[in-house]
Amino acid sequence: MNAVFKRPDALTDRETHFCPGCTHGTAHRIIAEVIDEMGIVDDIIGIPGVGCCVFLYHYFPIDVLEAPHGRAPACATGMKRAQPDKIVFVYQGDGDLAAIGTSEVIHAANRGENISIFFINNSVYGMTGGQMAPTTLLGQQTTTTPYGREFRTEGYPIKMAEMLATLEGVAYSARVSLHSPKHVNQAKRAVRKAFEMQVNQMGFSMVEMLSTCNTNWRVSPREALKVVENEMIPYFPLGVFKERTGKDFL
Amino acid sequence: MYYDTIMSGFGGQGIQTISILVATAAINKGMEVSYLPSYGVEKRGGRTDVFMVLSDEEIGSPITNHPLSVIALDTIALDTYQDQLAPGGLLIYNSSLIPGELIVRDDINVIALKCNEEAVAAGNPKLANMIALGAFMERIDFLSYDEIEEAMGEVIPERLKKHIPGNLKAILRGMELARETVQV
Amino acid sequence: MSERKLTKGNIALAEGALQAGCRYYFGYPITPQNDIPEYLSRELPKRSGVFIPAESEIASINMVMGAAASGKRAMTSSSGPGISLMQEALSYMAGSDIPCVVVNIMRSGPGLGGIAPTQGDYMQAVHGGGHGDYRNIVLAPASVQEMFDLTIRAFELADKYRNPAMVIADAMMGQIQEPCRLSPERPVVVPEKPWALTGRRGRKPQLLKSLYLGPGEQEEHNLLMKRKYDTIQQNEVMFETKDLDDAEIMIIAFGTPARIAKTAIGEARKQGIRAGLLRPITLFPFPGDEVARFSGKIKNILVVEMNTGQMLMDVKIAAHRDAAVSFLGRPGGGIPYPDEIVREIKKALKGVTAA
Repeated sequence: MNAVFKRPDALTDRETHFCPGCTHGTAHRIIAEVIDEMGIVDDIIGIPGVGCCVFLYHYFPIDVLEAPHGRAPACATGMKRAQPDKIVFVYQGDGDLAAIGTSEVIHAANRGENISIFFINNSVYGMTGGQMAPTTLLGQQTTTTPYGREFRTEGYPIKMAEMLATLEGVAYSARVSLHSPKHVNQAKRAVRKAFEMQVNQMGFSMVEMLSTCNTNWRVSPREALKVVENEMIPYFPLGVFKERTGKDFL
Repeated sequence: MYYDTIMSGFGGQGIQTISILVATAAINKGMEVSYLPSYGVEKRGGRTDVFMVLSDEEIGSPITNHPLSVIALDTIALDTYQDQLAPGGLLIYNSSLIPGELIVRDDINVIALKCNEEAVAAGNPKLANMIALGAFMERIDFLSYDEIEEAMGEVIPERLKKHIPGNLKAILRGMELARETVQV
Repeated sequence: MSERKLTKGNIALAEGALQAGCRYYFGYPITPQNDIPEYLSRELPKRSGVFIPAESEIASINMVMGAAASGKRAMTSSSGPGISLMQEALSYMAGSDIPCVVVNIMRSGPGLGGIAPTQGDYMQAVHGGGHGDYRNIVLAPASVQEMFDLTIRAFELADKYRNPAMVIADAMMGQIQEPCRLSPERPVVVPEKPWALTGRRGRKPQLLKSLYLGPGEQEEHNLLMKRKYDTIQQNEVMFETKDLDDAEIMIIAFGTPARIAKTAIGEARKQGIRAGLLRPITLFPFPGDEVARFSGKIKNILVVEMNTGQMLMDVKIAAHRDAAVSFLGRPGGGIPYPDEIVREIKKALKGVTAA
């Protein structure tokens, strides 16, 4: 019998701790599939941020370093410089990358560190119970913006993919979404592109993934997918904001 | 044997060069040396103060507030360290820039040197520090002229090596001037 | 030329790091330790090493964490405010059993403070800093030679115990120049690091983490760490003594004040006062047993520090209950000159006689 669908080798056989409906699992799966397809599982090291993503090591049977909150891009910098022949990737949420770790990600990007970052943007702090994130949409209610996010007092949702694309050191910056099969396939292609950039020593790559947090959004999993489609994507447009072709930076 | 000294002037007067020369010559002889430059916030145009202890035993304190000698190349140096000088200690001061009436201690040995004029006479106004070093060499017994000459080869960078004969000439002149100064 | 070369403390420290096999330096400038990154930025590229002028001290120490987790000897250096910013990652590294070396060339504080030499960061290095139940190994050099030797030792101890090691020195030790043998006392050996994260090729996946959520897991981890610290306390205490055999008063000081105290002891003995010195070289592990042993015999203790009394507390905890502990502290850039220490010695002895 031919297996036509199976768990990627780069995922463990373990029940997920993610809430039903959460797209973290989808992100894990497409990253694992690409690791399989590229044959890099023995030479890859993952660095998760702090938050729901911290249990990366439960799901990926690879070497993992647990970084302080927001500092994963700096840890990855030290690690990749120490082992330039290994593949180093970072997996961060929006509190980790877009709030507390803004400085680390911007400067790793600006130095053109040859690492790949996968950034889960679900517009809310998941693990701590649904507080406002820098990516929280205007008007969105969270446990710390009970009246809805107001730009006069909380500012605007931050667009990391666009922002990082302005930096010379960045080889690849894209925003994808995980809310439909078509988008998941696009997301997987972006993940592959990010890893390829690293393998080809092109510099910093980042894929921002619009993701669901139905638990903290207080909606059903199915409704959550609609929230991504109808509320997040209009503000956070999908696309490739920078893609280096050839070593034009040399 | 124990000796401590403070050498002080403004940046560019060459305090560092002469103090490093003494330290290097002493180390070459197997002596212990601690060399502590004071440092300021400003990178340029500041003062240079060097606290140096030389001994044939392990050195304890690298700082001293009763030095056996003070080399003062400008007025601020004299103002700062005249009081600290140990009784019977040696003050070498640059009388080109420091008026003699500022010397108020009467319990110390004093050598006044017109460092700037002597430097010009020796062929290079930058030799004022070497004139002072010469006088210092004349009054210490733990380092010889030959040892300073040897240290010169190590301390002076390649591009400035052409100045070594001039330096040595100025040191000899400083020694001569110190001999002419009556020791109290 | 002499085998010993006139060397600045900061440079001896940086050269010690190189000779310890450190090829990874990450740092952010702050006075009075800039000689260290400047020297390493010149020397590391010559040895295929990595030097990154990081965007902050936070980034620096986390880069150290990444390189160290790769099994490499890695370091950073800073002073006061910068070291404060590094405490988070130091706690993580201690919790994750990742070795590293952090150098603090102490400037005065709190806050921005000044750049004058002090020892105001003893508490931060020895008793606290980051969150959680952990210790740094802390070494306190008192000469340029020790700036070199103890930096190598710091790398050895960090690797041996898989724990952060700090070298703390006041700004005077950073700037002073002394003759220094710039070669290791014994050959440098970098141990195998089978725990390093190098990709799972040929073995099972590995993990370095400090998160323990399961019931009892964190306590178990803390108790394991405690056992490690007990072993360090048992095996790695370093200290120096001078003239304690017949002493009637024991000065306890580390770093520069210990040097100054040696001169003061010479002066005191000329005046017929039998003073001696105990100089802790490791601050953690602190030579508490030695303090206890000597103070059982020498009942007068004078602690001299360039702060308002930080190691003093460790001395008081360790000292024999009959010992009288006096203190001379000069914070904020003040320097205890030898004659000041002699005066304090006399005062301390008189106080005891009067009592």
